Amino acid sequence: MTKKLDSKIPEGPVAEKWDNHRFKMKLVNPANKRKFNVIVVGTGLAGASASATLAELGYNVDAFCIQDSPRRAHSIAAQGGVNAAKNYPNDGDSIWRLFYDTVKGGDYRAREANVYRLAQVANNIIDQCAAQGVPFAREYGGTLSNRSFGGAQVSRTFYARGQTGQQLLLGAYSAMMKETAKGKIKSHTREEMVDLVVVEGRTRGIITRNIVTGEFKKWAADAVLLCTGGYGNVYFLSTNAMTSNGSAAWKAYKKGAMFGNPCYTQIHPTCIPVHGDARSKLTLMSESLRNDGRVWVPKKQGDNRPPGQIPEEERDYYLERKYPSFGNLVPRDVASRNAKEAIDDGRGVGKTGIAVYLDFADAIKRDGEQAIRERYGNLFDMYNRITDENPYQVPMRIYPAVHYTMGGLWVDYNLQTTVPGCFALGEANFSDHGANRLGASALMQGLADGYFVIPYTLGNYLASEGLMTDKVSADHPEFDKCMKESQDRFNRLLHIGGSKSVDTFHKELGKIMWERVGMSRNEDGLKKAIDEISDLRKEFWKDVKVTGTEVGINVELEKANRVADFLELGELMARDALERRESCGGHFREESQTPENEALRDDENFCHVAAWEYQGDETTPLRNTEELTFENVPLTQRSYK
Amino acid sequence: MSADEKLLTLNLKIWRQKDAKDKGQMVDYTLEGVSTDSSFLEMLDQLNEKLVGQGEEPVTFDHDCREGICGMCSLMINGQAHGPEKETTTCQLHMRSFNDGDTIVIEPWRARAFPVLKDLTVDRSAFDEIIMAGGYVNVNTGNAQDANEILIPKESADLAMDAAACIGCAACVASCKNASAMLFVGAKISQLALLPQGQVEAEQRAANMVAKMDELGFGNCTNEAECEASCPKGINISNIARMNKEFLKSAVKSKS
Repeated sequence: MTKKLDSKIPEGPVAEKWDNHRFKMKLVNPANKRKFNVIVVGTGLAGASASATLAELGYNVDAFCIQDSPRRAHSIAAQGGVNAAKNYPNDGDSIWRLFYDTVKGGDYRAREANVYRLAQVANNIIDQCAAQGVPFAREYGGTLSNRSFGGAQVSRTFYARGQTGQQLLLGAYSAMMKETAKGKIKSHTREEMVDLVVVEGRTRGIITRNIVTGEFKKWAADAVLLCTGGYGNVYFLSTNAMTSNGSAAWKAYKKGAMFGNPCYTQIHPTCIPVHGDARSKLTLMSESLRNDGRVWVPKKQGDNRPPGQIPEEERDYYLERKYPSFGNLVPRDVASRNAKEAIDDGRGVGKTGIAVYLDFADAIKRDGEQAIRERYGNLFDMYNRITDENPYQVPMRIYPAVHYTMGGLWVDYNLQTTVPGCFALGEANFSDHGANRLGASALMQGLADGYFVIPYTLGNYLASEGLMTDKVSADHPEFDKCMKESQDRFNRLLHIGGSKSVDTFHKELGKIMWERVGMSRNEDGLKKAIDEISDLRKEFWKDVKVTGTEVGINVELEKANRVADFLELGELMARDALERRESCGGHFREESQTPENEALRDDENFCHVAAWEYQGDETTPLRNTEELTFENVPLTQRSYK
Repeated sequence: MSADEKLLTLNLKIWRQKDAKDKGQMVDYTLEGVSTDSSFLEMLDQLNEKLVGQGEEPVTFDHDCREGICGMCSLMINGQAHGPEKETTTCQLHMRSFNDGDTIVIEPWRARAFPVLKDLTVDRSAFDEIIMAGGYVNVNTGNAQDANEILIPKESADLAMDAAACIGCAACVASCKNASAMLFVGAKISQLALLPQGQVEAEQRAANMVAKMDELGFGNCTNEAECEASCPKGINISNIARMNKEFLKSAVKSKS
């Protein structure tokens, strides 16, 4: 039986929900907080901010990451900025407008109440980060500087050069180190969560595998916070870091946490194109580049003249032509899809023909090379290092790449998954971006969840459920059972003795995902994808070759474990994409488009969240739903014309 | 892809060490068909795929974002931290910087405070310990004033950002003959000392972080500036001077 999920949205007008809810939630008194242990998995913006804040409140926090330091989490790579409705530039911004833009940008597939709360607390994020010493860009008068960012018509993005993610993460990391020094946080590095322990329907801890020693360990706690990021690496090539993975979320899914909208992936329009087979990852160029760069391809198919020899009248600035009011600043999904269209039409550029131009010639003519260097110098240098081309002289070549996953573990308004005591924060949950995330909103959400939401909602959970006395220790047999299962799984992977490397399987999965569950999807392709992934998974478990032993560092074994999960998650993504027979945001179903080839939503049948429930390895999972209602932002067909 | 992509054959000499206790040794490999468009780490991926194919254990090395920002990648390449290109991390170094037939020597960071865990992977947790000693502003979540109430001259903000750009990769330590961590520590102390938010604790911070650095076995600075030359983010050694200033202020005050 499929279920209708209760998102526990508080009563009242949207602008008052969070305030009312904060007042109604139970509190844990200061002396009792130290009696609660909280596990935080992942130390990106969500995990580091949650760890620090919970420790400051008095909880005992165990924070886990797979890198050699919490500061390495992939939030660090975010370039562009963080949104907030401070309205410092006096250009008409407000909390309501940030809320409105985010709901609209998400193509009406996000939960209004969550988005409003996000817009509300965003202002506190800027204050908090400034207080920590985050060196935000400043004006000459000493005030904070703002810029406009993809999809917004106001300047509400705060930034620290092209390294905003780095600076915000280092701020949260430093707060975390402050509490680690006090002993309130225990930081466990190179320690990977391999299972979630659930006893009688309640989350009680995790199992980890130490990446240096190979040793498995049991950890008990009163709650587990999964801040483990997205699963974009299911495509093999993405802008995610090499170790970014979906395994922690996947383990939770298998223990009963439902997976929300797995098919919602964001393909970012401005990445450096792929070359050759050796490519291991894709590099994003901040979309702030679209503020000054103009996107174009030749009007003629197969025109392979160098860009400088193609005269103005033979160029097609297709975004400016099709979307005169937003031009090059249309949201990411629209920009990506249009690039694909131009390339499929045979008008791609460069040696491979799989790229479009992003041209700064006009901006350099208008503002001078120095001004452009000040704005984007580090990005231009990075482009030059990777491609060996000078973007001050020739247009950049860009192509879309998988960047972010809006889908993730289903959570209610309190950020709790469907397994009590297991919470999901940041990119790991599904809740705030709907079917498409706007630029500079990921940093905002990660920090909102960690600094300003979970400290309240976690306290409410701990205080309401009698957990002061109801404790389960790591001696409980369920912990041993879970640990044994994890050990067996790693042993099995190690002893398959097949002929193909882990990466070979990962690349093959990536190819299926990109071709059939990528920027453009259709019924036939998705059905094929489900079969192909299923076959590939069977082959993997028969023929993967994992070198080395179970003791000590074994990178191949780590990868094998993650790829095994991707081989299941990829299938769920295809299944979700198949069932959602509408186009919305980053999910484009070819069967559902307007006469102008724009995404066409079907609000009558799909104005809901799909929350998938695990039913066993051999059974098709259940598709439950959460109805979405739009009381404040009326449902309209998104238009950026 | 660049128009003049070439394929290289390389002679690699790579440090292999089973675990922290193993003595370790250099091992020679020949690798063919390396594209000049590949990154240095993609070249190592290619070697590892070959080793796995032969049933041998791949070379372990640290890396993650491959965008030059996470600070995870390291490697002494022909004796230079992060290789020959200025202000470039190993992950952003491309094989077009090398020639066909080149011999490339690849070693881990060498410093007393960074023990080798396996092959090219070292333990840099000492850097976290230094930050724990004071690399933060003591402010809890929730009691921040409006961000625009703290006015910061653009020049100070820019200098703070220059220092804050440190990625914590530890190339500065690896390239210093004394294995000093002063550029890393100086960068953090400078960033916070340049901003009003960090000034309240500036002197104490300097004293504590410097003491921790000494305790962990990092060496002293003898002004060779190798750290600055090898820093992939161009962190300036003037940050060390600023650190010394804060440190002296605190030392003078604690004596009086």
